[in-house]
Amino acid sequence: MKTKIPLLILAFALTPLAAHAFCGFYVAKADTKLFNKASKVVLVREDDKTVMTMANDFEGEAKDFAVVIPVPTFIEKGQIHVADNALVEHLDAYSAPRLVEYFDEDPCRPIETTFARRGGMAAPAAKAADAEHARALGVKIEAEYTVGEYDILILSAEQSGGLETWLMENGYKIPEGAGPILESYIKQKMRFFVAKVNLEEKAKAGFHYLRPLQVAYESPKFMLPIRLGTVNADGPQDLFVFALTRKGRVETVNYRTVKLPTGMEIPIFVKEEFADFYKAMFSEQVGKENMHCVFTEYAWDMGWCDPCAAEPLSNAELKKLGVFWLGGEGRNPLARPANSDVFITRLHVRYDRKHFPEDLVFQETRDRENFQGRYVLRHPWKGEPKCDAAKKYLEALPERQDKEAQTLAQLTGWEIGKIRERMKLPTAAGKSGEGKKWWEKLWK
Amino acid sequence: MDPRIYQITALAGLLIYGMGWLDFEIGAAQAALTLGGVLLTQWACSRLGKAERFDPRSALISGLSLCLLLRTNSLALAAAGAVITIAGKFTLRWRGKHLFNPTNFGLVAMMLATNGAVWVSPGQWGNVAFFGFLMVCAGGLVVMRAARSDVTLAFLGFYLALMFGRSLWLGEPMAIPLHRLQSGALLLFAFFMISDPKTTPDSRAGRIVFAALVAYGAWYVQFRLFRTNGLLWSLAGLSLAVPLIDWLLPGRRYSWKWRGIETLNVQRSTLNAQQSPI
Repeated sequence: MKTKIPLLILAFALTPLAAHAFCGFYVAKADTKLFNKASKVVLVREDDKTVMTMANDFEGEAKDFAVVIPVPTFIEKGQIHVADNALVEHLDAYSAPRLVEYFDEDPCRPIETTFARRGGMAAPAAKAADAEHARALGVKIEAEYTVGEYDILILSAEQSGGLETWLMENGYKIPEGAGPILESYIKQKMRFFVAKVNLEEKAKAGFHYLRPLQVAYESPKFMLPIRLGTVNADGPQDLFVFALTRKGRVETVNYRTVKLPTGMEIPIFVKEEFADFYKAMFSEQVGKENMHCVFTEYAWDMGWCDPCAAEPLSNAELKKLGVFWLGGEGRNPLARPANSDVFITRLHVRYDRKHFPEDLVFQETRDRENFQGRYVLRHPWKGEPKCDAAKKYLEALPERQDKEAQTLAQLTGWEIGKIRERMKLPTAAGKSGEGKKWWEKLWK
Repeated sequence: MDPRIYQITALAGLLIYGMGWLDFEIGAAQAALTLGGVLLTQWACSRLGKAERFDPRSALISGLSLCLLLRTNSLALAAAGAVITIAGKFTLRWRGKHLFNPTNFGLVAMMLATNGAVWVSPGQWGNVAFFGFLMVCAGGLVVMRAARSDVTLAFLGFYLALMFGRSLWLGEPMAIPLHRLQSGALLLFAFFMISDPKTTPDSRAGRIVFAALVAYGAWYVQFRLFRTNGLLWSLAGLSLAVPLIDWLLPGRRYSWKWRGIETLNVQRSTLNAQQSPI
């Protein structure tokens, strides 16, 4: 909490430069592949209609893959679909935190066009067991489908004991302690969407990986069940939620939603290790908030981006992800949604049972303010100081670079000494007298 | 001390903490506009009404509550929220008594009228703010022996029972209802909205019935309709039933002005009783 103040002040101080900063060159993005045990869910929502796309990073044998997902309603075959992995990857790349870089100009030349490009900101299952046996266990197989490479069952149950037994008999590894959670979902009249890989179909489809499963349903519940996943988890897990809505930003109502620190100037060497930076920074922020928060990493009108970590998704791609309200299909597959028709919110949460005891509940707001996780590199000007302005610039440079080092230390929790070393800045002990605080050599 | 001064201090402290440390989605401009808006409307309505002297205290409580709860991208809508909140207080009356808690009315009216351009973010508080605010609210009850704390306590009792009851029935760990109850919005609601002595039923029995109805209504919106802001919708809807509750269970009307004098009169009469030989 304490360290929040300097970050906040820095953010305010940078605001007038925002327009300037927006002309930066986009140099790197940090996507979700960096995180182990990360799941990605795309939630398309409008009125009470939800289309959920679940991508997983399952790396084991396809025959070992099985999921049990509580769903609010009965699901017909037509409501299930298999999507292309590339869609989710594109969405991930588009919304990922980004790095931009600038090159300082010659201080001796008058400032001409620093703010010239303002304006962008406002624009915009193994075979199912005998049904009779299931019924004896109080489990009802309401439907059975094969969609793509998946065998899917929609189950309802009378009690968790029967459901647990049935699932285990049918090859679903149900962790110990899942019983009470299943019980609570049963009492809330939720159905269970269970899926296994149909190896024959998978071979026919010819994919080396498992494609994301999509489910469309209508229910007032705008939530994501995370409790089952926390039962046997060894350590915290990462979840990315990509919400595509019509009106505006999505936030959690039962947990704090906090924006990732953004807009900071950080040392240039981060360019080579942006992935490490993003991971360290995210972990540090999670720690600062005592793991009680959901982080907003991106909130933007789907029609554009600035700078772009990847091109915005086309209408065709969005429709495949389930954005059902987009019209004008067909003519141009590369057409993008008109501004304000689709809004994306990328939420990132690291969760475990202790800190996230209940399922995530969301609400859509009409907040259309754009937000992105964006970090700035500023290359210093190198040249002969031929005027007073240039001398002043060079005098001020070490202080600015040290500030970048401090910002980086604060954001990531990395050691300041090592950062200064990497930046080839004089360390506190090795600095020459110039620019040194009077007390820094007092007790040396 | 006027309990309202204590309340204003508590809400202002919370707002500063929320804006500075908790990423509350409210800028200085919106806060200033909301507070200015409520004071100006209070002043204008007092002038128009002639009978009432301008008193900024209640308006400030409404304004600070709006700052803590109302979220919008539009400054104009924030200002409109402030005006409607106070204007509603002066106009929506039943036999001289306020029909709605002003903040509650302002929020619900704005959410309905703007089709969601105004919203409430109930989950943005965090543990520190929650426990800090809980102490201040509980402290307020003890120190101020606040008027009509019975409705607050009754509401919290019913609401806790519903939350724990549901989790017990579902077999959920108690961490779930405990987590749900750690909501700053719930505290603000219980200690500053439903407790509003100008809108709650006049008799104690009436207030307890009212508290039970509001708690059930909020639970119903959250767990049967699966909508957010159950507390606000429930209070606004059930406020309409207060005249009926007052008719069924009559009691003495509350007034900030007369409270001190009433207490004084009671003390005098007690004194008289002691002094009288018979």
